[in-house]
Amino acid sequence: MSGVDRPATTGVTPDAWRPRADVTPARLGLGRAGSGQPTRAVLDFALDHARARDAVLAAPDEAALAASLAPLELDSVTVESAAPDRATYLRRPDFGRRLSRNARTLLAARPRQPCDVLLIVADGLSAAAVMAQAPRVLAALVPQLQDRGMTLGPLIIARQARVALGDEIGSIMGARLVVMLVGERPGLSAADSLGAYLTFGPKPGLTDAGRNCVSNIRDAGLTPEAAATTLFWLIERSMALGISGITLKDESPTGFCSSSNAIANSPALET
Amino acid sequence: MSYRFSLGGQTWAFADLKDLLAKATPRRSGDMLAGIAAGSALEQAAAQNCLADVPLRTFLVQSVIPYEEDDVTRLIVDGHDEVAFAPVAHLCVGDFRDWLLSDEATGPALAALAAGLTPEMVAATAKIMRNQDLIQVAKKVEVVTRFRNTVGLRGTMAVRIQPNHPTDDPRGILASTLEGLCYGCGDAVIGVNPASDAPAAVAAIVRLLDELIERYHIPTQSCVLTHATTAIGLIENGVPLDLVFQSVAGTEAANASFGVTLALLKEAHEAGRSLQRGTVGQNVMYFETGQGSALSADAHHGVDQQTCEARAYAVCRAFSPFLVNTVVGFIGPEYLYDGKQIVRAGLEDHFCGKLMGLPIGCDVCYTNHAEADQNDMDVLLTLLGAAGVNFVMGVPGADDVMLNYQSTSFHDQLYLRDLLGLKRAPEFAAWLADTGITDAGGRLFAPGGPHPFLQDMRALLA
Repeated sequence: MSGVDRPATTGVTPDAWRPRADVTPARLGLGRAGSGQPTRAVLDFALDHARARDAVLAAPDEAALAASLAPLELDSVTVESAAPDRATYLRRPDFGRRLSRNARTLLAARPRQPCDVLLIVADGLSAAAVMAQAPRVLAALVPQLQDRGMTLGPLIIARQARVALGDEIGSIMGARLVVMLVGERPGLSAADSLGAYLTFGPKPGLTDAGRNCVSNIRDAGLTPEAAATTLFWLIERSMALGISGITLKDESPTGFCSSSNAIANSPALET
Repeated sequence: MSYRFSLGGQTWAFADLKDLLAKATPRRSGDMLAGIAAGSALEQAAAQNCLADVPLRTFLVQSVIPYEEDDVTRLIVDGHDEVAFAPVAHLCVGDFRDWLLSDEATGPALAALAAGLTPEMVAATAKIMRNQDLIQVAKKVEVVTRFRNTVGLRGTMAVRIQPNHPTDDPRGILASTLEGLCYGCGDAVIGVNPASDAPAAVAAIVRLLDELIERYHIPTQSCVLTHATTAIGLIENGVPLDLVFQSVAGTEAANASFGVTLALLKEAHEAGRSLQRGTVGQNVMYFETGQGSALSADAHHGVDQQTCEARAYAVCRAFSPFLVNTVVGFIGPEYLYDGKQIVRAGLEDHFCGKLMGLPIGCDVCYTNHAEADQNDMDVLLTLLGAAGVNFVMGVPGADDVMLNYQSTSFHDQLYLRDLLGLKRAPEFAAWLADTGITDAGGRLFAPGGPHPFLQDMRALLA
C-alpha cells in the first residue's frame, strides 16, 4: 500500500479505531465520506492499481536486465513466444506457451549441448518483478549450481512468456531440468512478485502436476536469496530422484515450495 | 441437426445447437480462445436471429453435451419438470423473451416456472437479451433462503464479509470481520478463503468465527471456503461448520477437475444438514461458479462459457443452496477481457441464476491483468443492485490481500443501499440496531456507542 501524506480532511467520518498495521495488510480504518471512501483512500488505491497495471503492460528494460545479469558471465539468448504483442498475450495463453517460429529456428540452429540446468527469465505478468528479483535470485543460485558441478545452458530471456514455454525451450535445448523465473500477476499490495517453476525432463505437453513452484519472491515475501536456497535444494533433489512436481515433496529447510495442487489454487500464478 | 439462417441472399449455417449457441453469444475472449465464437458481427447477429426461432422444446431433445457422457446433462434431463414447463412449452426462444418481459410473467409465475427451465433454455434466451432485459426480468424474481437469517427478500441485499488474510492470521481475519460488521456487512455470510487448505488450519478459522457469532449472538453464518471433502472430514470430527462450500462447474469433466462429483456434493449436503445449525432454515450450501471454468479445465465440450455457466446452476439447484456466488471477473482476461465483458457476464449470470430459482449473488471483481478498473465495478454493482441481486462481497477497501484481486468494499455496499434504499436481512438488521451500529432505519451511526461489542472491537483492533 502506498501512503501519500495529506492532512486530515473535513467531511470524513473517521472509524473509531486504528487497527494495528502488523495485524493485517487489509485496507482497514479508512473512514468514510458519506457512504463513500475518503479522497485519500480512493487516490491511494488508484496509485496502487496504476503500479499493478504498469507492471502488467510494461516490457522489461532488456538493456538494464542484461547489465544486471552480466556478472553471472553466462551466454544469453533472447526468444519470444508466439504471442506477438501484449494484448494478444493476455487474451491467448496458448500462444504464450509456445515459441514463435523465429525463436524455434534460432534455438534449433544452435549446436546441441545438453545441460543439467537451463535457467529462463520470463516476463510473465510483471516486468517489475523480473527487473527487481530475477538478477538477485540468479546471483545467489548460479554459483551454488556451478560449485556442485552442474552444467548450465545459456541464460534464456523470454518475452511474452507463460510458464509452459519453458517446456518447449528446455526440450529443444536438451536440458535435464528447467528453472523458469517469471513475473507473477501483480496484486495491489505487491506489483513485483516473482515466481520460480522447476520442471524435470521438460517437454511440450506437461501439466502443472509436473512442476514445483516457489512463489511470492520479493523482499516483503520470500527474499530472492531465500528463494535461491529453496530452489537449490529442490534442484538437487529433483536431479537425484529424476522427478519434479507432486511426487517431489517439499521437505526443504525453508518449506516454501508447492506442488501442483497449490499452483492450481493460487490465482496469482498464471501458468 | 444443423441450423440455417438466410440473410440478404447469404445463408449462415450452424453445425448443431451448441455451435448456434456459441455463435449467438455476445463477444467475449473465452469463446474466442476456445475457437467457437462467431467470426464476424454479422455471423453473430445471424446466429441470434436463428436462435430466436428455436422452440424451447428443442432443448429437451437435443443436448449440447450427450446424456451418456455427462452427469450434469443427466441431472438436467432427468430433473426436468414437464408440468412446470407447460405454460411456455409452445414458445420459441424469441417469443419466450417477449413473454418474460410482459406483465404476464409475474414473480410468482416465474418462480413456478423455474423447475421447468433447463440451463440451455435460459442461456439461449440471455443471448438475445439486452442488458436492460437481463436486469428487468431478474428483478421480478424473488429467491429467499434461510439459515440463521433470511436472505433474498424483495428490497433487501445481503453482503458477504470476505476477511481474507495472506497467512490466515486469526487477528487479521478478526480485524477485517469486525470492521465489516461495523459497516453493517455480514448478513450473507462471514466467508474466509483460507490460505492453507490443511484441515487443522481450516478448523481453527471455523472455531474463531463460531465463537464470534455465539458470543455476540449475531444472526448470521460462517463459511471457510475449503474443499467439500475437507468440510465432510471436519463435520465428522465435530467442528462447528455452518455453510458447506464448493466451487462447481457445468460439466462432469470440469467438476472432476475440481475434485467433485454429484455424489460427493450429495454427501457434503447431507453432512451439512446433519448438524442442524440453522435456526430459521436449513439451506446449508454455499456454491461458487464463474464463466470460463470449464474451458480452463479443458472440459467444455465445445460449449460456450455462458451456457456452461448456466449448466453449473443446474448442479447448484439440486442442493437447495443458501448462496450461489458467480465470481465474475476473477478468472482473467483470456475469458472476460474487459469491463464491458465482465459487466455483461455478471448480468447474464444473475439473470440465469434467478430464472433457475437460485439465490444468486455476485462477486463483482477483476484482476490486474484485465482491462478493467473500479469504475467498471461501480457500473456492474449498480446494475446488479437495480436487478435485485441477493448479495455482493464486502472486502476491506475492495482489495483482497490474499487472493490478489479487487472486488467490492464495505463502502460500496453502503453506497448501493443509500442509492437504491436496499435493506439488510431482517434478523441481521435488527441485531445491528440493537447493537448500536445502526439506527432503527439501518443508517450507520458514527462508531462510539456503548455496546460491549464495539468496546471489544476497539480493544481487539487497538
